[in-house]
Amino acid sequence: MAINQDTVLRVAHLARLQVTDQDCAELSTRLSDILAMVDELQQADVSDAAPMAHPLDVQQPQREDKITETDIRDLVMPLAPAAENGCYLVPRVIE
Amino acid sequence: MQWETVIGLEVHVQLNTVTKIFSGSSTAFGAEPNSQANLIDLGMPGTLPVVNKEAINKAIQFGLAINADINQHSAFERKNYFYPDLPKGYQTTQLERPIVGAGAVEIELADGSKKSIRIHHAHLEEDAGKSLHEDFHGMSGIDLNRAGTPLIEIVSEPDMRNAEEAVAFARKLHSLVTSIGICDGEMSQGSMRFDVNVSVRLAGEEKLGTRTETKNLNSFKFMEKAIALEVERQIDVLESGGTIDQETRLYNGDTHTARAMRSKEDANDYRYFPCPDLLPVMVTDEEIELLRNALPELPVARKERFVSQYALSAYDADILSGDLHLSNYFEGVAAVSGDAKLSANWVMGELASYLNRDDISIRQSPVSADQLGQMITRLKDGTISSKIAKQVFEACWNGEGDPDQVIEAKGLKQMSDSGELEKLVEQVLADNAAQVEAFRAADEGKQKKMFGFFVGQLMKLTQGKANPQQLNALLLKKLND
Repeated sequence: MAINQDTVLRVAHLARLQVTDQDCAELSTRLSDILAMVDELQQADVSDAAPMAHPLDVQQPQREDKITETDIRDLVMPLAPAAENGCYLVPRVIE
Repeated sequence: MQWETVIGLEVHVQLNTVTKIFSGSSTAFGAEPNSQANLIDLGMPGTLPVVNKEAINKAIQFGLAINADINQHSAFERKNYFYPDLPKGYQTTQLERPIVGAGAVEIELADGSKKSIRIHHAHLEEDAGKSLHEDFHGMSGIDLNRAGTPLIEIVSEPDMRNAEEAVAFARKLHSLVTSIGICDGEMSQGSMRFDVNVSVRLAGEEKLGTRTETKNLNSFKFMEKAIALEVERQIDVLESGGTIDQETRLYNGDTHTARAMRSKEDANDYRYFPCPDLLPVMVTDEEIELLRNALPELPVARKERFVSQYALSAYDADILSGDLHLSNYFEGVAAVSGDAKLSANWVMGELASYLNRDDISIRQSPVSADQLGQMITRLKDGTISSKIAKQVFEACWNGEGDPDQVIEAKGLKQMSDSGELEKLVEQVLADNAAQVEAFRAADEGKQKKMFGFFVGQLMKLTQGKANPQQLNALLLKKLND
């Protein structure tokens, strides 16, 4: 399966990445190579293997439902470009 | 043309954990904006999420309550999209391996018929923050307190055929999640939100029509109206030769209008992939059994118990068992008053109408179950009449104290001293000698009507405090002397 330049541009748009025409050509080749490798993996016989979501046989540690965090608003809010009345400000988004 | 409506629901239920699904921030509602958003919730680099055990347990309990398959091996995935109230740029959710598999919920319709609605699955995910569009002079304000609040998203099969069924299903889920204590059920605070998938097809047609999704409905009433509006719109479009676009729509309850939200060209492609920050979640048989044993009484069982234990009608039992807080309240009143039927009448009558009038939930009732129980006790032991009881209830509602205090302070005690009452009866008869004459001369039919006059006079004189039975007996005796 090959990835053409249109697909690269569409994925780039979804990821909000700016891609130049020159990069686009190269990315299309490299992504196609990666998919070629995945195609090769698909040939492997996995009929005996259970599907897995993680390569290691480990599981998610779980924490108790206790509050461990404190209010850090005054520390982090000054990092934002704009804030007002305790809210972060962003260009108006309304759908 | 005969059209058939097909409805499926996606229901977001906020789990009532103390902390967020992946961080130790508080989930309390109504805090100062952004005071409950820590580095994980803000999507800062270098942080790692750790799953909240309670969120997992509550999701499993939901699955057990609907007899669903529990996936002992589930995993989290990333759903990628950009929106300012989602700081990480992805929502951590489940797709391929949701924790709750297929199950079913039985709904009961107004005509008494029952129908099983299949649940496709339910998965765990995190909520996003809130965008505020008012008061920020052309900008949007972002409050991330809600970001990371645990949700289960319950996805139904398209098994509903009209708005009534959809609302019955939504109410049933509300009753279930509040009864098993995994959600506070506060709709006005967004604790339960509904996305409604609607399509129409010609009657007899097998193939489903193109559906639209109306998002984020947060009341049963709006849900019903939004469905009706969308069904009407789709039929109009199809009957005038058009086609339905698969789109997301937003319903505005204030204006009863809806509009398309995202156009097809810009349809989201979420590029899901397994979240590398989180390991698979494993649950053992033993853990599932422990959770099953810890499940509280389900509404169906409670309804049956109300019928057998309190001898309530099926109708009363259904209403009182549907909401956990209402059930607890009713049982509280019944325990104090010792009269279940009277308690049920007061809870579903006077109390419900006051709650409705002031638009508050049972948990906010200014009259406690204890107080209502006390009042009913006074009603039963003859201290007050049912008419006076309504006055007492109103006073308690207005915060004027316990029923006994109110009865005492306002002098509402029913007159039980027959000597005193007898004097008053004699006085009324003496003051109205002409009417007494007329009464004695009248035939039985007329007497019945005239009797009310004397009762009225006496009630006026005693300010309604005379014991009606006692008064009637005395009056009748004196009139016939």
